[in-house]
Amino acid sequence: MNHAPLTRRQMLARSGWIGCSLAASPLWTPLSLANAPWQGRLVVIILRGGMDGLDVVRPTGDPAFAALRPTLAKGDAPLDLDGYFAMHPALKDLMPLWHREELGFVHAVSTPYRDKRSHFDGQDLLEAGTQDLGGAGRDGWLNRLMQHLPQIEAETAYGIGQGTLNLLAGTAPVANWTPEAALDLSPQVLRLAEQIMQSDPQMHAALIEAQMLSDGRPGAVSTKKGPAHIQVARFAADRLRGPARIAAFSLNGWDTHRAQARMLPRSLGQLSDVITTLKQDLGAAIWSQTAVVALTEFGRTARENGTGGTDHGTAGLMMMAGGAIRGGRVFGRWPGLGEQALYQGRDLMPTDDVRAPVAWIMRGMTGLPISTLQDKVFPGLEMGADPKVVR
Amino acid sequence: MPFTPELAERRFGYGLSPQIAAPPSVADMLTGLRGPDVMAQTYPIPGFRYIQDQIVLVSRFSKFARKNPQTEAGAAAGEKAKTARRALFHDRQRWVVSTLQRRIDTPHAFRERLIAFWADHFTARGKSGLLRAAAPAYAEEAVRPHIGGRFADLLFACVTHPLMLHYLDQNTSAGPNSRAARRPDRRRGLNENLAREVLELHTLGVAGPYNQSDVREFAKLLTGLAGTRDHSFKFRRNMAEPGAETVLGRTYGGAPGLAPIRAVLFDLALHPATAAHIARKLAVHFVSDQPAPDLIRDLEETYLSGGGDLMQCYETLLHHPASWTNDAPNIRPPDEFVSAALRALAVAPEMMQSLIPAQIKRLMTTPMRLMGQPWHQPASPDGWPEDDSAWITPQGMAARLEWAVNTPARLRPDLPDPREFVQDVLGPIPPADVVFAARAAETRADAVGLVLCAPAFQRR
Repeated sequence: MNHAPLTRRQMLARSGWIGCSLAASPLWTPLSLANAPWQGRLVVIILRGGMDGLDVVRPTGDPAFAALRPTLAKGDAPLDLDGYFAMHPALKDLMPLWHREELGFVHAVSTPYRDKRSHFDGQDLLEAGTQDLGGAGRDGWLNRLMQHLPQIEAETAYGIGQGTLNLLAGTAPVANWTPEAALDLSPQVLRLAEQIMQSDPQMHAALIEAQMLSDGRPGAVSTKKGPAHIQVARFAADRLRGPARIAAFSLNGWDTHRAQARMLPRSLGQLSDVITTLKQDLGAAIWSQTAVVALTEFGRTARENGTGGTDHGTAGLMMMAGGAIRGGRVFGRWPGLGEQALYQGRDLMPTDDVRAPVAWIMRGMTGLPISTLQDKVFPGLEMGADPKVVR
Repeated sequence: MPFTPELAERRFGYGLSPQIAAPPSVADMLTGLRGPDVMAQTYPIPGFRYIQDQIVLVSRFSKFARKNPQTEAGAAAGEKAKTARRALFHDRQRWVVSTLQRRIDTPHAFRERLIAFWADHFTARGKSGLLRAAAPAYAEEAVRPHIGGRFADLLFACVTHPLMLHYLDQNTSAGPNSRAARRPDRRRGLNENLAREVLELHTLGVAGPYNQSDVREFAKLLTGLAGTRDHSFKFRRNMAEPGAETVLGRTYGGAPGLAPIRAVLFDLALHPATAAHIARKLAVHFVSDQPAPDLIRDLEETYLSGGGDLMQCYETLLHHPASWTNDAPNIRPPDEFVSAALRALAVAPEMMQSLIPAQIKRLMTTPMRLMGQPWHQPASPDGWPEDDSAWITPQGMAARLEWAVNTPARLRPDLPDPREFVQDVLGPIPPADVVFAARAAETRADAVGLVLCAPAFQRR
């Protein structure tokens, strides 16, 4: 991406922040903005539970598809994307984004995780971004990315929500916060709490960060309304309009072993809400520089199971949105769904490593060298040819 | 460091209480587990049957109301359904109080900790509607009676409990060649969820020696385990896969029924990989995220030599020198933190009982959610994280501090004197900085909150 760096004033004008009290936020300094290494915004959403990519972007043009999914394909007709793939009807609110080429997918991708099909190992590997789980330690690829970017400060990257995000774990400073949290206590209590926690560095660090993040900032209160996923999206947008460049959070509820036709639309609706909320709250200018990437630990079985659901599989779908994304396309090498094409006779065959398009997006956003992305951020990854998923 | 009553109560119980003596010895802790379950009798929580009855009631009244709209009888039935629904919601809040009250009052807190531990190992919860109220009932009848017995019996009770069958989608799983699957009008078939999680989470562990074919064969073997319409347990022969299945190289069955399912679960319970998995989990939960290797090894050996006898495992755990390290390596997860605080405050049963549902929500369950642990609602079947780093987060610490400062005064209008409280809670030699903070705080409530947030209290 070759956006001319914005001046602080342009930045404020575009994000509609003029008139807000900037003094309230001690970390908002001209320096951190003017020198920000990149202006793009990266939002990573982990979809926990194994999203069924074959239901979300349906290969209706594949001759084998209909037979594999006799009941799941019933109901409202899917939304045609390109004549071959069609999108789940629950994502109808995202259709305008598709037409504006701000929504795209990469199909038949997976992490290097194979065969055991455990959510928890699958998620650990997805967040570690490594080749396998052995000896990888507990740092995540978003944190390793930051370790190679200049001018990183505590609020450059946000992990949002109550759950832990290994994705952001590591030595680079990261802010972890949830819109629901607050720390509204007297200065004396906070001072004494700091003192007694000094003997416990882990607790002490968490408390200091909590104080910094809860320190009466604009926008924080207005994000406290509505369902949790909307709150999270609004909070993320609020931070990204400020000094934050990276936000990560997770959405649960993708483990659809049964009654998938009833359960999946709810989760997709939430994901769709999150994306439309981000777009709306970020405003046109920042949205145009934003890449939202949604990833899941594995796909599900190609055949629906006997209970109207799907079991744990291998290859799945990555979803991308935002003005920085070259959308309106289903990327990836489609392997087909014939009996011989399936992985172990049951799962969609992974034809590419999901880390590769993510690495290309990070390259587009930050300009980091390919070698850094391949060796340090995603060790062991071959990025291959540029799929041009970034504008 | 050898056994001390204070450390025993902190590490293996819900912390010190000003009213209840800490266990004087390991022998006493074990005796407490063998004796009658006084807390369950004093603060009863009904079994699953109670929830089922409510569900049946609600659905009958609702159905009648739907079929008879705009009639007086229909309206009355609709009201009755609503009332029964609301009653169950209130019950749910009452059971939070009962569970907490047991932890406040018990002289044998190790038992309550074990129940929480095993209920988490065998995580099950209702996914919708009235079944959301069922988690305490599950702990009460599938977990509680078996924590001092053989792991195999605990495993069987949990895996065949209607709530687990519902949670991991076993209810609707039918063998591909079963009578139900062959019926042309209604397509039915296999669901792998329960089989996979039993192997991965409940027995062998994810690194265990099983593959996809074992998962699938085991899933076939489990077919027939199912709930009825109102979610009570039933073995449904028409859904069971005929013929034998091979799991981990051993062939089970022939005639479908509970016997081969019991056999495979018992074999899984005695597998060395299960012994290793359980040994590690016990050591991590009770002692440290990085437990001493010889503690795990000794637990594993005890498990195997005792055929999965859990009392013997607890005996090894409690007698092991590695269990009595002086530092407090583990953080209390939120529900334990809140329980320990209530126990330290000796909140009276009358006060707990007088709380109305909205107060229980405001004072207990919402704060625990903000601390990262919504009551009885883990996000996935692997239950709550053990890693300290999962709980020691900025938002988690903020929520603990807020709760500790603001809540105790609402439950004990006569807040204890902080100078005594610090001794009652942290033992006879509390850390000097906490003693100082308790004195320097502006208000009694602030002082109590600070003591509860001291690392010496939050860790065990």
